[in-house]
Amino acid sequence: MPTATFKIQRGDASIGTFEDYSLEISEGMVVLDAILLIQAKYANDLAVRWNCKAGHCGSCSAEVNGIPKLMCMCRMNELPIDKPVLVQPIKAFPLIKDLVTDVSWNFEVKKKIKKFKPRKPDAADGSWRMAQEDIDRVQEFRKCIECFLCQDVCHVLREHHLHERFTGPRYFVHVASLEMHPLDVEDRREDLKKTDGIGFCNITKCCTNVCPQEITITDNAIIPLKERIADKYYDPLKKLFRLFRSRKRNS
Amino acid sequence: MSSYDTYKYDVLVIGAGGAGLRAAIEASSQGVTVGLICKSLLGKAHTVMAEGGIAAAMANVDDRDNWKVHFTDTLRGGQYLNNWQMAEIHAKEAPVCVRELEAWGALFDRTEDGKILQRNFGGHKYPRLAHVGDRTGLEMIRTLQDHCIYQGVEVHMECTIITLLKDGDRVVGAFGYERERGRFKTFHAKAVILATGGVGRSFKISSNSWEYTGDGHALAYEAGAELIDMEFLQFHPTGMIWPPSVRGILVTEGVRGEGGILLNKNGERFMFNSIPDAYKNQTSDNEEEGWRYIQGDKDAKRPPELLTRDHVARCIVREIKEGRGSPHGGVYLDISWIKKKISNSEEHIRKKLPGMFHMFKKLADIDITKVPMEIGPTTHYMMGGIRVHAETQMSTLPGLFAAGECGAGLHGANRLGGNSLSDLLVFGKRAGEYAAKFAKENKAGAIDEKQINETEKYALQPFERENGDSPFDVQFALQDMMQQWVGIVRNEEEMLRAKEHLRLLRKRSANVFVNGNREFNPGWHTALDLRNMLIASEAITMAALERKESRGAHFREDYPDKDPNCGKYNLVIKQNASGEMTIRQEPIPEIREDLKKIIEEMK
Ligand SMILES: Cc1cc2nc3c(=O)[nH]c(=O)nc-3n(C[C@H](O)[C@H](O)[C@H](O)COP(=O)(O)OP(=O)(O)OC[C@H]3O[C@@H](n4cnc5c(N)ncnc54)[C@H](O)[C@@H]3O)c2cc1C
Ligand code: SF4
Ligand code: SF4
Ligand code: FES
Repeated sequence: MPTATFKIQRGDASIGTFEDYSLEISEGMVVLDAILLIQAKYANDLAVRWNCKAGHCGSCSAEVNGIPKLMCMCRMNELPIDKPVLVQPIKAFPLIKDLVTDVSWNFEVKKKIKKFKPRKPDAADGSWRMAQEDIDRVQEFRKCIECFLCQDVCHVLREHHLHERFTGPRYFVHVASLEMHPLDVEDRREDLKKTDGIGFCNITKCCTNVCPQEITITDNAIIPLKERIADKYYDPLKKLFRLFRSRKRNS
Repeated sequence: MSSYDTYKYDVLVIGAGGAGLRAAIEASSQGVTVGLICKSLLGKAHTVMAEGGIAAAMANVDDRDNWKVHFTDTLRGGQYLNNWQMAEIHAKEAPVCVRELEAWGALFDRTEDGKILQRNFGGHKYPRLAHVGDRTGLEMIRTLQDHCIYQGVEVHMECTIITLLKDGDRVVGAFGYERERGRFKTFHAKAVILATGGVGRSFKISSNSWEYTGDGHALAYEAGAELIDMEFLQFHPTGMIWPPSVRGILVTEGVRGEGGILLNKNGERFMFNSIPDAYKNQTSDNEEEGWRYIQGDKDAKRPPELLTRDHVARCIVREIKEGRGSPHGGVYLDISWIKKKISNSEEHIRKKLPGMFHMFKKLADIDITKVPMEIGPTTHYMMGGIRVHAETQMSTLPGLFAAGECGAGLHGANRLGGNSLSDLLVFGKRAGEYAAKFAKENKAGAIDEKQINETEKYALQPFERENGDSPFDVQFALQDMMQQWVGIVRNEEEMLRAKEHLRLLRKRSANVFVNGNREFNPGWHTALDLRNMLIASEAITMAALERKESRGAHFREDYPDKDPNCGKYNLVIKQNASGEMTIRQEPIPEIREDLKKIIEEMK
């Protein structure tokens, strides 16, 4: 079996070093397997987050050869092993130790978003009727596993550190899932503009490119949200026109 | 002298999966203060991995369904060892709980007329599982999480409880450490709810993550509560087996619900050969009828692949043992065959099972719309757990409640797929409600400083040793041993050997050595998990030795048949005054007349 060398970032914010570990690579192995083997064999105190090992939970985010990925879905045979495989924590959040970062900011951000508010139930038993085609696009957003890889690559957070003024692509997806939810009657457009900072996004699409759930973050969530804001703030005429058009289509 | 932070709540919920979140929501809505603790980040608990669906008799797809059918299916699946009162409550309340999720924003797949769509699953007579493709657990946990964060519940993420605090008999709090810095935390609470999930990490081939170390089971046991049904551990028939790195990862039963069939290496659909008597009149004996059932024909009987998990898993083991297995020691699960039946099969499979499609493509280089998957049984779900009161979910200790996988009673000898997610909702809610009530009716108990000091000392011991075993090595040894000797097929000789090994492993675990410091140190965390894993393993082994028959998930090759006498009791495990594990038979109370009648009618 071939051997690969892993160059893993170790230590906390005060002492960042890299350590090399060599390991035999077996068939089908993913990077997370390698990390866990290294942990069990050579470095019991190697900090790493994981749970499902199947791309379902979004715990094992890291940067492999500089590219943000879920380690459990990153096959070794996708990587060149003639050079050391570089494994580092995600960068947009403070480092705790080794491959683990402090992502608690994300959980705080979510609390500030206005919660789901449904219209009155359609049926006496408290249930609603919705057509599958009307929920397809929101189901896309609800596939999000909160891996925060999109947050990690977004330059507004990663390079400009605007955490105070910008909630990041994950939360635009979240707001989109609420705003486009067929039952929701809340209006979050003002917050999007004023507190969530959607205006900082210049549609580089880096977030869409890394999303392991293949959510089309920019085209399906961010751009339509931007349009909704534009409708609300700048163009009442266009809005009227749209309303008129959609009425006509429905009749 | 100890140093730790102290937090006070009316209700403390340990575990933030479906059961814990639902309990926290309920308790806080009763106007009490609530703290919620989890080992991972919020939203990453096992519940997120559930794929297939939530069982609830809403009758959206087949109007013949109702709580009585669901109730009977649950008992039949559990081989009548279930707590029938829990099964009744569960069947009646599950639909309301699912609709509640919708009111909180969940978006289930829809029927043609806009209702929640329901799919077929093993052991359920009618299509009953509300679902979202094959990511139902994600939908459920995210909905609960996104509802809970607005309820004023205080969440302690990445914090592990290592002991329950007691005042006399009563549980009055908990003590643990936070992972980030390794600091200790004391939680003082009027009522404590355990919602810590399962034990599958004690086995080598498992669908469970590092979290499933039986913490709740062990915490409750050590505090003096009773455990029940510990011999019943579910092995899911379909786990991935190749490549080695994915061994054990779950392949949802939804694959079979959508028409997937099981084949041996000769291409034979072996499930037709062994349909148990109890299911003869609801199982089809030919391919044509089975397919009609999948297509929604109400007159057709369901295909044998949708028999209960215990049975399907054993049939697979038999095929492999008798030399009809696949190259990597499993059998084939084929959904691609439906291309013979429908023209857009590839698209259909990708739409219905997107997660499975992606997972096999990515991790095994297999396109499931074109070729069969190789699968084999994997350790999956713990039916046994903390013994609770059916209505209130209180354990045998005052102030201690349990819900979800770590609680027990609903599933008896075998759980039906989909009955766990509904269990979490129904009994999570009840645990929250009754824990809040208990908190309102009782003053806070006293915290015993001595207990905290002792626990702290114990927890830090691995750092003080100069050398010793690696905690991971002890864990691996335990997993190998349990897999081999207390797995799907059991016998007395091997289990006695297992018992002896557990004794040795206990010794080794008391001497493990941890390097590094207390900051986010998985070696240390694993060292502390070992005690729980060993307690759970010992309880499983003891109960499995004691039950000298085969029933549900518990199969003994030295007692291959069901014994009617053994169907009259559950096995209860408890620690005695000198710290030893003891076991006793607890007679199952006579089932209520009206329920008995329902069962008769449905036969
Ligand atoms: C891959 C997979 C697929 C499944 N599919 C289905 C399905 O389709 N339908 C179905 O009904 N069931 C399914 N199940 C079963 C079901 O998902 C689980 O039984 C259920 O989610 C358990 O929920 P829970 O709330 O009891 O515990 P979990 O969701 O596991 O949560 C346990 C919580 O307790 C915390 N915890 C544990 N120990 C401690 C401690 N010492 N201190 C602090 N916190 C602690 C954990 O961090 C976690 O937050 C599936 C299971 C798996 C593994
Ligand atoms: S498209 Fe917008 S949100 Fe996404 S990475 Fe670029 S700037 Fe950030
Ligand atoms: S949107 Fe995609 S990349 Fe971002 S957190 Fe969700 S799953 Fe991860
Ligand atoms: S471990 Fe769950 S996504 Fe990687």
